[in-house]
Parts: sequence; C-alpha cells; structure tokens
Amino acid sequence: MSSDIRFTDFKSDKQPTWCPGCGDFGTMNGMMKALAETGNDPDNTFIVAGIGCSGKIGTYMHSYALHGVHGRALPVGIGVKMANPDLEVMVSGGDGDGYSIGAGHFIHACRRNVDMSYVVMDNRIYGLTKGQASPTSREDFETATTPDGPNQPPVNPKALALASGATFIAQTFSSNSQRHAEIVQEAIEHDGFGFVNVYSPCVTFNDVDTYDYFRDTIEDLDETDHDRHDREQAKDKILEGDKEYMGVLYQDENSVPFEEREGVEGSMAEIPDGAPEGAMDLVREFY
Amino acid sequence: MPDDLNWAIGGEAGDGIDSTGKIFAQALSRAGRHVFTSKDFASRIRGGYTASKIRTSVDRVESVVDRLDILIALTERTVHENEDELHEDSVVIYDGERSTMQDVEVPHGATALEVPLKRLAEDAGGAIMLNVVALGAACEVTNFPIENLDESLQKRFGDKGEAIVENNKKAARMGQEYVREEFDHDFPYDVETTDEDYVLLNGDEAIGMGAIAAGCRFYAGYPITPATDVMEYLTGRIDQFGGKVVQAEDELSAINMALGAARAGARSMTATSGPGIDLMTETFGLVATSETPLVICDVMRSGPSTGMPTKQEQGDLNMTLYGGHGEIPRFVVAPTTISECFWKTIEAFNLAEKYQTPVFLVSDLAMAVTEQTFSPDTFDMDEVEIDRGKVVDEDDIDAWLDEKGRFQAHFPAADGVSPRAFPGTTDGAHMTTGLEHDELGRRTEDTEVRVEQVDKRNRKVETAKEQEKFDYREFGDPDADTLVISWGSNEGAMREGMEFLSEDGIDVRFISVPYIFPRPDLTEEVQAAETTIVVECNATGQFADVIEHDVLERVERINKYTGVRFDADELAAEVKATIAGETGTQEVQAE
Ligand SMILES: Cc1ncc(C[n+]2csc(CCOP(=O)(O)OP(=O)(O)O)c2C)c(N)n1
Ligand code: SF4
Ligand SMILES: [Mg+2]
Repeated sequence: MSSDIRFTDFKSDKQPTWCPGCGDFGTMNGMMKALAETGNDPDNTFIVAGIGCSGKIGTYMHSYALHGVHGRALPVGIGVKMANPDLEVMVSGGDGDGYSIGAGHFIHACRRNVDMSYVVMDNRIYGLTKGQASPTSREDFETATTPDGPNQPPVNPKALALASGATFIAQTFSSNSQRHAEIVQEAIEHDGFGFVNVYSPCVTFNDVDTYDYFRDTIEDLDETDHDRHDREQAKDKILEGDKEYMGVLYQDENSVPFEEREGVEGSMAEIPDGAPEGAMDLVREFY
Repeated sequence: MPDDLNWAIGGEAGDGIDSTGKIFAQALSRAGRHVFTSKDFASRIRGGYTASKIRTSVDRVESVVDRLDILIALTERTVHENEDELHEDSVVIYDGERSTMQDVEVPHGATALEVPLKRLAEDAGGAIMLNVVALGAACEVTNFPIENLDESLQKRFGDKGEAIVENNKKAARMGQEYVREEFDHDFPYDVETTDEDYVLLNGDEAIGMGAIAAGCRFYAGYPITPATDVMEYLTGRIDQFGGKVVQAEDELSAINMALGAARAGARSMTATSGPGIDLMTETFGLVATSETPLVICDVMRSGPSTGMPTKQEQGDLNMTLYGGHGEIPRFVVAPTTISECFWKTIEAFNLAEKYQTPVFLVSDLAMAVTEQTFSPDTFDMDEVEIDRGKVVDEDDIDAWLDEKGRFQAHFPAADGVSPRAFPGTTDGAHMTTGLEHDELGRRTEDTEVRVEQVDKRNRKVETAKEQEKFDYREFGDPDADTLVISWGSNEGAMREGMEFLSEDGIDVRFISVPYIFPRPDLTEEVQAAETTIVVECNATGQFADVIEHDVLERVERINKYTGVRFDADELAAEVKATIAGETGTQEVQAE
C-alpha cells in the first residue's frame, strides 16, 4: 500500500448535492481522512452505502462501492469481507436505514463481529423522503406523518449494540472534524465490527436536533475518566438520559473477528478452470 | 416395465422412519440395485404420520407408482394410510404383540406378517433396534441377502461404536430368522443383486455438490424446507475447498451477503424456497441492475404463504420469471432430474458470470426429498467446465479505462457484457448502484444514458440466446400425434408413464424443458402435433400459459396441486384421458 494516499483520493468527481450545511459533508470528510490515515487506498477499499441522503456517500466517494437497497448495507459488507478479508470494508447509512428497516441486520452484525466499520449518519429524521420521523426522533417530534410526535421513545442504538455483543461502540459529531476522523479511524483499526453513531444534523427538516443542540450537550469522553474497556461504565454512559457523548464508549480488547474465527484465509475470488481438486471424493461419499 | 419392488416403512414422527428408509435404500444401492425414494405423499388424516418409500429395480427407476409390495407398519394407522396401494401379494410386517396393534386388519388379501419386533430387538440388545429387526424380516421376505445391510448399518451407527453396530447386525438377523422359522410361506419376491456400483443422493445434495464443483466459495442462507439440505450439504464441505457457509438472520440478509461476496469476486449463491424468494425479490432487482453474477436457488414447495411446507408444487414459475418491480433481465433454469440438478447448477454459475446477471435455479420438493441412484460417472468432475466471463486484471484493465482513467464497469459493449474487475485490482475502483447509472456506475437520469443502460442489460440475454444452447430434452416418438411438454421434476414420472401408455398402444412425443428463460421456441413442435398437453404441478398452468403465449395456440393442460407429485401410472391415465377428450384435472378447450 502506498503511503502517499491523500484523503482526496477517496473523493469522486461527482459534486455532492446535499443541502448546504448538511452534516453529511463533515461526516464524509472524516471517513475519507480516516481511510487515508489508516493506509488504505481506493483500490483495496469497499464502501457499502445505504439508501437515504446519507447513502449518497457511495456516489461522492471513490473506491470499490455498492449502493444497495434500503436497509441492507450491512449484510452486503459482511459478504464482501467474508469473500475477501484483505479488503478494507466500510458500511455507511442513515438512522432510518440502520435502525428501522435494517434494524435486524444491525443487531446481528454487532453479534457477528466481522472486521469492518459501520458509520451511521444519525440526523434523527428521514432526510431523503423529506422529513418524517425516524427511529431516533424524539417522542414529541412533530412531522407530517407524526403530527403529535411518534408517541414512542426513540431507539438507543448504542444500547442495542451493547446488548447485542458489539465489540466497538463510539459516537461522534460531524462538525468536530478532528475528533470525528480520529474516532472513525479507531473504528477502522479495531479488530472487529467498529460501530460509530455520528450526529450529522439535517439542517432542512430537523429544527430540534441542530448543530447548536449537539454543541451544547455533547461531552468528549477524552475529557472524562471513562474507561472504554469497562462494560459497566459503558452501559451507564449509554443509558444516561439527557447527555450526549463523543468518543469510544466501549471497546472489547479481546475481540476476534468472525472471519478469523471461521478460518477464512484470503480472497475467495480465484478458482481453478475446472472442478477443484478432490471433487470426485464428494461423489464417492454417496456410495 | 422395470421388474420393481415397492417398499415402505411408516409410523409416527420420531420413530426413526427416515433413517430406517435410508439404511435400506443404501443397502439396495450398495447391492447394485437402482433406488428411487420418496417421502412426499398424501396423508388421509391430519398430522403425525410419516413414511419412507422406496422403489427399487435392477433397471433404472425414475418415478413412484401407487403400489406397495412390502409395508413395515409401526402403527395401525400406517396400514390404513396405504390401504389403496396394497394388493394380494403384498406383505405387511408389524408387531402383533403390541397392544396398539391388536386391531390391525390387512386389506385386499395381503399377507399379515406378525413379527415381535420389540421383543426380538430387546433380545438383541435394545428395543430401539426394532426397525432394524423389521428390516431383517423384510430381507427374508424379499430374498435379499442380509449381508447387504451390514455396510449401511456400519455407516449409520459406526460413530456410536462397534458394539452398537454388531447389535444392529444381530437384530437384523433375528428378524430374518424369525420369519424363516415361523412362516412356512413362499413369497413371490426375489430382490436380485448386481455388481454395479451406484451412488445415492437427493436433489439438494446434487445442487450443493454442483456448486462446489463449479467453484462456488460463498453461500449465505436461512433455513427453510425443502432447501435446507443444500445449506447443510455445503456446511463443512465447502470449507475443504476454501469456501464458507454463513447462516444469515433472514433471507433479506442472505441474498445481500451473497451479493456482497459476488461483488468481491467469489462465486456465490443462496438457496431458499418460495417465502424466502418473496423476501429476496427487492434485492434481486439490485443484483441485475448492478450486474452482479449470482445464483439464487428456489427449491419450490406448496404455496401461497406458508401453504403446505412439506408438499410438492411447481407454483413459483411466474415469480421467478416475472418477479420484482421494473423489468429485470435474468436467467431461469429448472433442472428436470436429480443428476441434472448437479449439471444445471454448474451451468447456472457459468451463465451468471458470463453475463453478469442473476440466475434463478429452480428445483422442487419432489427432487429435494427424493434419493436416487446413479452411476458415479454421471458426475464426472473432469467434464466440469468453468467460464468466468470478462474478468479483467491489472494487465488488461487499461483497455477499459475512460479518458480520465476511470474504470467503466457498465460499459455498453456490443454484446451487452461489460468488463468485471474484482476489488483489489489496481485502477479498477468503481461504484455500482441500484439507481440507474452511467457506464462508470454513477447515478443518472439522463434519458439517453437510461435507454443505453437498459438496452445493454437486456442485450446480454439476447447475446446468451445466440451463444448458448437453451435446448429441451426429448423422449418417445418424434412423429407422434400427441406432444407432452413438462418442466422440472415431472420428467421421470412422464418417462415411465410413457411405458404404461405404450402398453395401451399410445405413443407420444415428450419434451422436457429445463430452461424457462430464455427458453426453447416450441412453435414448430406444437404445430406439428395434433394435441399438445402441458403437464405441471400447479393449479393454473403457468408453463402452459407461457407456451400458449410463445406459440399463439391453445394447449391442453394436466395440473396437479394436491401437494403430491405425479405417479407414473396416474400421469399415464391422465394423458390417455386428455387425448380421449375427457376432462382431466383442468382442461382448456382446443380451438
Ligand atoms: C424499501 C424501501 N422503502 C422506502 C424507501 C424510501 N426511503 C428512501 S430513504 C428513506 C429513509 C431515509 O432515512 P435515513 O436512513 O435516516 O437517511 P437520511 O436520508 O436521513 O440520511 C426511505 C423511507 C425505499 N427507498 N425503499
Ligand atoms: S435533507 Fe437534510 S439530510 Fe438531506 S441533504 Fe438536506 S440537510 Fe442533509
Ligand atoms: Mg436520517
């Protein structure tokens, strides 16, 4: 891998069409920086994007990439990594994509612990479909489809991750570009499933969870004595009601990626010109 | 007609019915006899009853018939369930000492052979071996040398220790001797052995073995009857060839994992049944639009909804042919026999990669639960050919870069097939998407590019029609007045049905179609026939509709949707009735 990779190498020549000021600009920049910083290049990187405003990163970034169907990015990433563990796999999408339509995959991806990163652009809204409640929207958040608010508490994705056996749980804020990029980099470097929930404000449809709100409420874990290897501490921070944290909430030091436990060695892409050697033994088994 | 023996064991779930059937089927196969097993048949009463049937002959057997010669009845109900298939030469073996078997009445003058199965098994070392005692008794009745059981008992119980194997061998011999000593009866059966070596496998196993032979390295699936055996077959075995099976959390995940692995360059597949195909359908469109080679196997069962999960039906033809929103280029291949399940799986992988298009491999429950014997060279691995299509590497990628050095993964080539670069290939980085895209994979709504890309994807199917042979399999008299057409697993029943028909002086031409899309054009064949009959296991005649659409002519239909496959004799009778103009299960008036 060449060391002269710059983060702009991960930029495609398509200009983003996000609304000016959208948090996703900062989120994507941090992802590109983190990829370059970890010595990856576009030819060994595979990005899987969900569907949503957030999912557009697949188009704006340059690498091997698949922009799939709504909510199914994680299984695609798992398939890519299982078939070729030498690739750097990064999955990304929105809060609706990951915690609503794709919530089942999220839980199981946490359990499975394949070595890849998962960056969720959490704006607490459905941006692309123009402003309906998302699973992380507040209970009283009024939208066209929820005039009195969703009337149900928001899902806590970090708690879901912890309960599902995730080995790396972090949170960032897109406008703190330095810390955001650092933390995504840690998620990439983590041996296993590196989950990062990014507060990535939607300036068009969410006037509650704004830049100002996050700036005022978010606390950097690096400025506390939080021990990320302590599951109990992580649990307390994650379940704490009215505080938002930035940083790595939890990391399992002994994490061994699924593909390693399953004994997957190298790429599955190369195969012989005919049936593999020893295939006739499969027939003999049926005697 | 093959000189066949029809054998069955029936009882309750948990009685070890399947494994006893398997032991006997294996013994017959090892003794050089052909075997055709079945587990799918109608039950008169709800729930609980299970049976395993074997048809065996020195000649090939391709179907079930509605006749039973030897029946091992572990429950009284088993006798009732099979009443219609018993005849005066039938022998029913059961344990007359059991209190639950006191009221057994053997119908049609068949022989009631009371053998104290449980008591003899206990004498041999444990009541659990009573099925094996019955097998021994059956060996005596059919004059089948009992040593043939030994090898399959070894295979079945070997990992439980030598003592268990020996006890089972003893149990079998006690059953045999009991019949020999207690019944002074000459049974009309003589199960000959030959020196032939056969292998015995079912359709799901043939698909799994075909996948490994084809270089499949990644399989993701979610358990569902009757496709689970594909997954269970591959688990552990594919690892020996550098591959992996992943059990996904649902079918949505399974197909997306398989898609991811295929994007990474692996030959990849998933298998499921109808309900799973429903869930996979959204991603199916993505597979086609992103031009990803993927084999999706549908082992059909009775629907709609949960339907009859352990019953036969060929009801998914329309779904595999037309399923998904928008217009999706695809291949639909439907093997017609268990050995073809192997070969068509290999072909499916080649089609998928040559044309970077999803392939539906459509099989059905009747093949999945049937074990059949074959000569091992039926699966000659030296005959396996692999064609990966237009894969480019570092050395030849330059030809496919645009003026700015960008890889054109969706280049609108004349044959519709673009170059494919596996991730990791230098200069190959590209994105692909389910959104309409340009040659670089970038989203677009440009009208010209849209049309260009739609045409390009559809052109791959046209190219395949020119380059591949989507032929049918043909049997019988090519000049016969009656043409019978079927798809999928009905081939065996129809081939044997033709023998019944010719006994009645009726010759037919039989065309068995393994390609649903693209498919052979049968216009000339239908026009040349006086009567065309399309045979399928569904209610509405989905394939018949397709044929009528292709040839612009009405056809007759024989449809069965009881949940049970066609028997050879039953199908012959239906064909005969249809030719005579009588109403079959469903008839469309010929114009
Ligand atoms: C199966 C399906 N249902 C619905 C949609 C419409 N849809 C597209 S994006 C989206 C929600 C996006 O919300 P989120 O994931 O939070 O992404 P954001 O736009 O906020 O970044 C919906 C409902 C779809 N594309 N596919
Ligand atoms: S709608 Fe919201 S999430 Fe979408 S681009 Fe605009 S600001 Fe960003
Ligand atoms: Mg959102």
